[in-house]
Amino acid sequence: MAKPTRSLKAQNLFAVGTIHFVLVILSIIFLIPLLWMISTSLKTADKAVQIPPEWIPNPLEKGNYWEALTSAPFFVYARNTLIVCLLTVTGTVFSNAVVAYSFARLKWPGRETAFKITIATMMVPFPVLMVPLFEMFANFGWVGTFRPLWIPAWFAGAFNIFLMRQFFRGIPFELSEAAKIDGCSEWGIFVRVILPLAKPVLAVVALFSFMATWNDFLGPLLYLGSQDMFTLAIGLRDYHGQAGGTKWNLMMAASTAVVAPVIVLFFFTQRLFIQGIAATGLKG
Amino acid sequence: MSETNIRAKKEARAGLLFALPWFIGFSVFLGYPLLKALYNSFTDYSILNPPVFIGAKNYIDLFQDKLFYQSLGNTLYVAFFSVPLSTVVALGLAMLLNTKVKGQAFYRTFFFLPALVPAVPLAILWLWLFNGEQGIINTMMIEPIGTWLNANLHTHLPTNINFLGDKAYAKSVLVLMSMWTTGHAMVIYLAGLQEVPKPLYEAADIDGASAWQRTKMVTLPLLSPVIMFNVIMAIIGSLQYFTQAYVMFPGGAPEQSTYLYTMYIFDSAFRDLRMGYASAMGWVMFLIILLLTNAALKFFDSKVHYEGG
Repeated sequence: MAKPTRSLKAQNLFAVGTIHFVLVILSIIFLIPLLWMISTSLKTADKAVQIPPEWIPNPLEKGNYWEALTSAPFFVYARNTLIVCLLTVTGTVFSNAVVAYSFARLKWPGRETAFKITIATMMVPFPVLMVPLFEMFANFGWVGTFRPLWIPAWFAGAFNIFLMRQFFRGIPFELSEAAKIDGCSEWGIFVRVILPLAKPVLAVVALFSFMATWNDFLGPLLYLGSQDMFTLAIGLRDYHGQAGGTKWNLMMAASTAVVAPVIVLFFFTQRLFIQGIAATGLKG
Repeated sequence: MSETNIRAKKEARAGLLFALPWFIGFSVFLGYPLLKALYNSFTDYSILNPPVFIGAKNYIDLFQDKLFYQSLGNTLYVAFFSVPLSTVVALGLAMLLNTKVKGQAFYRTFFFLPALVPAVPLAILWLWLFNGEQGIINTMMIEPIGTWLNANLHTHLPTNINFLGDKAYAKSVLVLMSMWTTGHAMVIYLAGLQEVPKPLYEAADIDGASAWQRTKMVTLPLLSPVIMFNVIMAIIGSLQYFTQAYVMFPGGAPEQSTYLYTMYIFDSAFRDLRMGYASAMGWVMFLIILLLTNAALKFFDSKVHYEGG
């Protein structure tokens, strides 16, 4: 291996510098709206609408947060959101893992056809199902409860089945054979061999499903009638109405409070998250 | 021989048992509602009274409904721009993030952050950014740039754009928003890029390939299955845009220029209680998605490179 010549080195330095420059500029573009949100959340009502805007609020109105959180039943919304998220995420991870195991590692007649149909269901848009589902849940007496939001999560879904199947197929089949010789049942293999090895993909599905549930707007809008059942996603809109267009500082404080937990969660799980997706090797 | 037969039977039974949750979910929450929607679409149905069969009247009405064309046009407009633009942004960001520069973890988090913002705070934030009077897009960009150009170059540019209230701009705000929240696709591209074998790049370097040639000859072909997957998911997703538009533009203001197809379905069903009509619209949407997905598959068919095949 010959040492790189000086000009090559300089060229490299230039390339790295350019990439950094582009990344920094793009980071600013991506972050400005969020910084703006936080900045506004800490301003007085007057300063929030002042032109030209002030980036570092002076005075710092930390009290906005307390006012925003207590002027709407924010904590009730937060509790409701957590209940729905917990039930949905548990159900999604569990049911999709079980079903994906069957598609990935057990042979049964018609499996390939069933899998093709499963993939095709990703093309069914929610709006076409909206009316019959509402009707069905109304017949079950579920409208006005959390049940329409989390019970379907316990019966798997195409995207997550696909993601987990890709991962499960990559686990060496010798491991299953060895466990079988040791007298393990299929359930035993699934719980003791596959699940412990599948943590990255379980984490990805859990995180995707958590974020989707935390952010879900249409579901709660359809099924939750009374305010004491509202989740944050839909409660915040009411907040927007109540605060009446002008109290931007309080609205931004409430928004920041809703966004913060998700950002913290992503920050601590991002490596696992990206590794997990890479490990599923979406390639088919 | 018979023992392997028994084993195969046992495995098949376990397989069906493990797949059972999905068979139930598929029939109850997907298959049945899809067929029920098809039946509903041929009826006059308000949910308060049982459906009355009226033949194809809903579909005939639909094709004479101006708002149907208007809302479908709005949705297709947003999808037409947001799918390619957000694909380019997501792919570009992922490629930048796949280079070996320091601080990747930070950049990665920064670019993904917008995708983490729940739809309602996101919509409220954008209402604020694009506000015609106090929004920073106007006060920090349009006004200073416009004023300067008008004063120095004697142009007649606007110094204030009513993004949310002017129907010439409102839809583009939705498109911009989709480019800003493209984090999910970016992460999937990034994962795909990390799977591209390193020796291929080294070989390209030895052959003296430029960065652009490397991208064109190595990265894009190997990434093509991931691109296809993401683009198809983006098409399906963009046709179902609802929440942001519903929160930002109540009733599709201004002048229904942002009244999306999904908003019309929602209003028909739950405001006007025209469940049959809404179901017909839902089925038309399903058929459009099938058509577009098929077209996308055909388009990619000649271009996608599968490893070893």
